[in-house]
Amino acid sequence: MSQSRRNFLKAMGAASLTAVGAKNAKATPKNVLSDDRFGVLVDTTVCIGCRQCEYACKVEHDLPAGNIDDYSDRSVFEHMRRPDHTALTVVNGYPSEKDKQQQVTVKVQCMHCDHPACVSACIVGAISKQENGAVIWDESRCIGCRYCMVACPFQIPAFEYHKAIEPKIMKCDLCYETRTSKGQPPACVEACPTEALIFGKRYELIQIAHERIRKNPDRYYDHVFGEHEVGGTSWLYLGSQDFSKLGFPDLGTKPAPGATEPIQHAIFKFFVPPVALYALLGGIMWLGKQNREEEE
Amino acid sequence: MEKYYKPQPIKRPFLSKGVIVLLILAANGIVWSILRFGFGLGAVTNLNNQYPWGIWIGLDVAAGVALAAGGFTTSALVHIFYREDFHVLVRPAIMTAMLGYTFVAIGVMFDLGRYYNVWHVPIMGNSNSVLFEVGICVMTYLATLYVEFFPIVCERFIGRVHLKGALKFLNKPIDGLLRFIDSFLGKTMFFFIILGVVLSCLHQSSLGTLMLIAGPKVHPLWQTPVSPLLFLLSAFSVGFPMVIMESLTASRSLGLKPEMDVLRKFARFVGPLLGVYLAFKLGDMVIRGTYVYLNEINIYSIMWVIEMLFGVIIPVRMFFWDKVLRSRTLLYTASLMIILGVALNRFNVFVIAYKPPYILQKYWPSIGEISITIGLISIEILLYRALVMIFPVISVPLKGVSAKAKYAIRGVLQ
Repeated sequence: MSQSRRNFLKAMGAASLTAVGAKNAKATPKNVLSDDRFGVLVDTTVCIGCRQCEYACKVEHDLPAGNIDDYSDRSVFEHMRRPDHTALTVVNGYPSEKDKQQQVTVKVQCMHCDHPACVSACIVGAISKQENGAVIWDESRCIGCRYCMVACPFQIPAFEYHKAIEPKIMKCDLCYETRTSKGQPPACVEACPTEALIFGKRYELIQIAHERIRKNPDRYYDHVFGEHEVGGTSWLYLGSQDFSKLGFPDLGTKPAPGATEPIQHAIFKFFVPPVALYALLGGIMWLGKQNREEEE
Repeated sequence: MEKYYKPQPIKRPFLSKGVIVLLILAANGIVWSILRFGFGLGAVTNLNNQYPWGIWIGLDVAAGVALAAGGFTTSALVHIFYREDFHVLVRPAIMTAMLGYTFVAIGVMFDLGRYYNVWHVPIMGNSNSVLFEVGICVMTYLATLYVEFFPIVCERFIGRVHLKGALKFLNKPIDGLLRFIDSFLGKTMFFFIILGVVLSCLHQSSLGTLMLIAGPKVHPLWQTPVSPLLFLLSAFSVGFPMVIMESLTASRSLGLKPEMDVLRKFARFVGPLLGVYLAFKLGDMVIRGTYVYLNEINIYSIMWVIEMLFGVIIPVRMFFWDKVLRSRTLLYTASLMIILGVALNRFNVFVIAYKPPYILQKYWPSIGEISITIGLISIEILLYRALVMIFPVISVPLKGVSAKAKYAIRGVLQ
């Protein structure tokens, strides 16, 4: 079904492009992606669920972090948690298929998509994809419409509903300001005691991930989540079982903004359709007036 | 003898039983508004990180825009397609659209977390954003509607500017200014009329593009790439029923005789328009094979069936039935069904169909959200009543007067 929808959209996009003039075919946002952009590889088979990353993240972002000893409490894995304004990353536990006694722990945060839906959706361009891979939010532009939250396929951006003034959109920023813009790894990666998180250039991480799967086919499910999902994400995951059983949504490989941008650009390139509609209506009105004057 | 209609301010006492109820609802809404702006969205709404948009977007904004479609459809019919026999309906339609869009804008302000930054939209706009297109079109169209309404203000006050006391010296300049604007708008109104129709077509359809970016988060019964077309077609079909409903309600509430002759002719457009919408809606369903979702009984299939059966299929049949067109009650019922059906469609697309992948807490509108929505609607109805008493909007029959207006929404009759 989604295939036929895709074909339909392609046809529609092609039709509109022909109508508007094939010269103007750059219907995608400006590509700022650097080949050397960073990413983080999460090997969930190595993660021990210590939640040191959660603590480090809160400290890094000046959020109330509490006592570090409380983070060894594993009872939090009984319920699914989601990132919110108090925690930009959380670790969830899922039953392991291989060993019923064990849990697979999975860190959740913004995936830093290569073609982010939030960036495409944002009405004032407050969210942007940086050259180094980070997707960051600009407080000075945001109007608080929360369309980014509607758009995000991973359901990541959170909103400070309790604030009457200056509520923020809260999400992982890949420690852009403080660390990754200077080439340093994010706080969570630095805090990870088991190297379940590896920071590096995205293309190198993809090689490492496939290398690990090749060397240990029994240990890994043969898929690198994030390599192709929604057009690729900066965060990549390795797992021991199907990713739908690790709490990941089933998303295709098409960039998340999907059909909206082609439709939008088809309507607005050079303002041809609106102007044509205006001219058409004007013509009808003028003809009507001529007829009426002849009758009189 | 031929009957002529002339728009006049309606002379009735403002207060009535209904008005008092509306005033109470409005006051309740205002109290909740103070809480919302004083303590934030979280204090009043049940919105959360899973459900960022609730009834304020689904009803106040999306349904509000759809139901304000009476303005552009009627003005297109009368001014662009030269159906002058529907003149009497233009002014009320334009005025309701103006009120409707004003309250859409107010509704958006309630929902925006940083409403005071709304001026960022025109200067920082992201041209990839569908919301930006909707926002800009709604802002521009709202301004256009004020321009289209202004001749009525001119008609009301030209020669009747009587400021008292220290402001007396302003009487002449204001009168002169009104005359100048009136004659300027008289020559240029065609530009604004076409602009209004174009802007409406643009944002009515773009409203349907809004949820496409949410992809699999929106239930397949409503998530379709032709959503913009469906939104546009449903806006076309809800415009006239809205004008009919308002006309019948106003004539009852204001003690006037309803213009049934005009309304009956007017209602004949509704059946075909709604039929086209129905055809596209079902065609889309067949092509995408989404009828499989109707096999299971859940909130989605039930809401879809209610929306289509009572909001589209039954009214289509009714509007092709002479008995309905002749009866005031049946015509009112059928119009109301379409209005509620389209409103429900918007509500379904934006609220019911939205199912995020991770749900920690379900969304159900809070008392505060409902109070503010009802409060805003109440204030809108009260303003309608006030405006038709101040300005010459609703036409009443006149004897022996030739009402040959160039544009009905333009001020002075010629």
